[in-house]
Amino acid sequence: MQRDLKAVWLVARREVIDQVRDWRIVVPMLLLVSLFPFIADSTTRQAIGFMNRFGGGLILDNLIPFVVLVIGFFPLAFTLVVALESFVGEKERGTIEPLLSSPLEDKHLYLGKLLVGVTTPLLFSCGSIIIYLILLARRDVAFPNMYMLSLILMLTFAHAIFMVSAAIIISIQATTIRAASLLASFVIVPVAFLLQAETILIFWGNEDILWLVIIAVILLSGLLVRLGLAHFHREYLLGREIDTINFRMTGRKFFERFKGSAKSIPDWYRHEIPQTLHELRKPLTIVLVLAVFAGIASYIWVVKYVPAHVDLTPERVSTIRTFVADNLTDLDEMSQRLPAPILFLHNTRTTIAFLLLGLLSFSTLGLVLFMGNMGLVGGVMGAARLIGYSPLITFAAGVLPHGIFELTAVILATAAMFDIGVKLVTPQTEKSLGEVLLISLADWFRVFIGLVLPLLAVAALIEVYVTPQLIKLAFPYF
Amino acid sequence: MIETNDLSKQFNNSFWAVDGVTLTVQPGQILALLGQNGAGKTTTVRMLTSLLTPTRGWATVAGYDVVKHPQHVRTNVGVLTEQHGLYMRMSGEEYLDFFGRVYGLEPQARKTRSAYLLEYFGLAEAARRRSGEYSKGMKQKLALARSLMHDPPVLLLDEPTSAMDPESARLVRDEIIRLRSSQRTIIICTHNLAEAESLADRIAIIYRGKILLNGTLDELKREVLGPVEFEAIFASEFDAGDLHLPPGVTLTSTNGTRLRFRVETPQITNPLLVKIFTSHNAPLVSLQEVPRRLEHVYLKTMADAQGVSYAA
Repeated sequence: MQRDLKAVWLVARREVIDQVRDWRIVVPMLLLVSLFPFIADSTTRQAIGFMNRFGGGLILDNLIPFVVLVIGFFPLAFTLVVALESFVGEKERGTIEPLLSSPLEDKHLYLGKLLVGVTTPLLFSCGSIIIYLILLARRDVAFPNMYMLSLILMLTFAHAIFMVSAAIIISIQATTIRAASLLASFVIVPVAFLLQAETILIFWGNEDILWLVIIAVILLSGLLVRLGLAHFHREYLLGREIDTINFRMTGRKFFERFKGSAKSIPDWYRHEIPQTLHELRKPLTIVLVLAVFAGIASYIWVVKYVPAHVDLTPERVSTIRTFVADNLTDLDEMSQRLPAPILFLHNTRTTIAFLLLGLLSFSTLGLVLFMGNMGLVGGVMGAARLIGYSPLITFAAGVLPHGIFELTAVILATAAMFDIGVKLVTPQTEKSLGEVLLISLADWFRVFIGLVLPLLAVAALIEVYVTPQLIKLAFPYF
Repeated sequence: MIETNDLSKQFNNSFWAVDGVTLTVQPGQILALLGQNGAGKTTTVRMLTSLLTPTRGWATVAGYDVVKHPQHVRTNVGVLTEQHGLYMRMSGEEYLDFFGRVYGLEPQARKTRSAYLLEYFGLAEAARRRSGEYSKGMKQKLALARSLMHDPPVLLLDEPTSAMDPESARLVRDEIIRLRSSQRTIIICTHNLAEAESLADRIAIIYRGKILLNGTLDELKREVLGPVEFEAIFASEFDAGDLHLPPGVTLTSTNGTRLRFRVETPQITNPLLVKIFTSHNAPLVSLQEVPRRLEHVYLKTMADAQGVSYAA
């Protein structure tokens, strides 16, 4: 451990020396750190004067935390270039090979660069924030409370780790500094959106939700660091010279994986799909456990806590039951009000949304959305119990018939999506990051086209034509 | 010691950059790896430093397998890369100290070793100047000093004297010879054939990833250019047509006062020839081996590999 820390520090120390001696980094940063707080202070005063005149009290209360957030963000965005060129810069200058030929391990090189990449901008951000707060203390305005200030500092820290860990991945994968700089927008744009969302939360006064944002961003950063370490290949760093996308080769590789060795569609179903399902058995088990957990937890939560918030007197329950019965009398018209193709498209869209969210977040957001859906099923069962219906009969008649197909389809799609995230953050020495992503996507499409779509189609037909009849049979008093 | 067997590397599942390289370099031996640009020299060296994973075959360096024990391999190898790879904002002293730390040298050892290398390569005066201010040759010497900093048993040197003035190049060659005598295993990749000829115990010529030739200089000359050629010089014109030459002698050219011939066993045949010349009152001035440079061997090998004719 001590040896590892020493090695990480060794790499970091050299980076610091390089940065401190480069006036092109130091001078603009010092100017930014020392001048920007004064500009921000002046702007804040103008804004306060303006809002005092027109009564913008609500905005005024949260203006200063917002300005602190922005002041913290600027140095991060500026110094991102240091992280972006951390590896690709060394490659371009030819200094990477002696370093890679040394006994330093991958994690030493990676974490050393990450440490400097995060620390330098954070120091500049904190310096800038401190100057601003000193200026603020001299004005006749309300100083932000310590709780809010700590939240903003933690957000700045989370932004720094997120941006730098993403920038270092770009630096490892890019072939030139130019390519890495062009890819910087893939880091800055999402964080700019995030900043806007955080601003909304600050102005709405939802400070506590900022905690969730901090945790989510740090979690994502952790996954990015893991991804970077997993795909840190010395060979790749040295060997890759061209990074143009070869669509033909990409398409061919994707199709080769998608098709496998199958000669016909029945052959594909006989050999390739079972093979994919076999490979997915671990993610399938995890997703299944999460589904059961989300369903049961949601059911218990509804049964236990909802009565405390909702009026469930016998009269109220009777009203609800009447309302439900009135609505369920339209069951016969289900196929006209919600045609099967529309239902099919809706469910298809949902599984694709799981994939897209999963791709953006190493599967975490996709899994959250999936658990939310499963929780909804459990919640409906809990609600049925609260108004006096049997949850089991409700499940058996209202969910199970089409759910056998629909839930199976969603669980399969989610497991394949989860597998993509897991593979991305798992070291695979023989494959590049792009190859891993391509192969995982081909696997997802295998499951999606081969199983999910047919299952969702059957589920939609059953939900529209069979489930309503079963509900009528199960609840004859409707 | 370096040992490889069928060492091969394929890129993008199509192009074999190195194809079936089998080599052995003993401690105290220098192997010169010769070949055109892109022949596979750098890829071979990178596999020997565990930077690239072989697609086929195996290699051991200082007794460690390059795939199974990459850390041990890297600890025991000193590499001089194609580009000097210096950090321009570090001074020569700082640079060597940094790599001394990387290789786990103690502070005193770092100081002593760095001072010795800087002094030896004539960089002591510039030790505190940033390496960005160094001349090309100084940069190359500092890079070489880096590869020697941890005193490794195996050295892989890519163009060790490129960009150096003749004095510096001589200095580097002397150091390489000293390292050989202290039982280091050395591979030099070079385009400088005279340097390879003067330094190498063994020479390997690589072409399109394959080793075409591998052996001592004499072995290579014999294999590529045939048996040794000798030239007899006479004081006046001499007609060799009257001579009854012993078996194993092939006349290659006669030119008035000069006679060239090849012999399989010069140690036996040449004294006989001298006797024949004197018995025929030939005014023999000198009898010497026709110099055959590595350059001829290399160019002929390359020409043969490319299927073109070679004119010396």
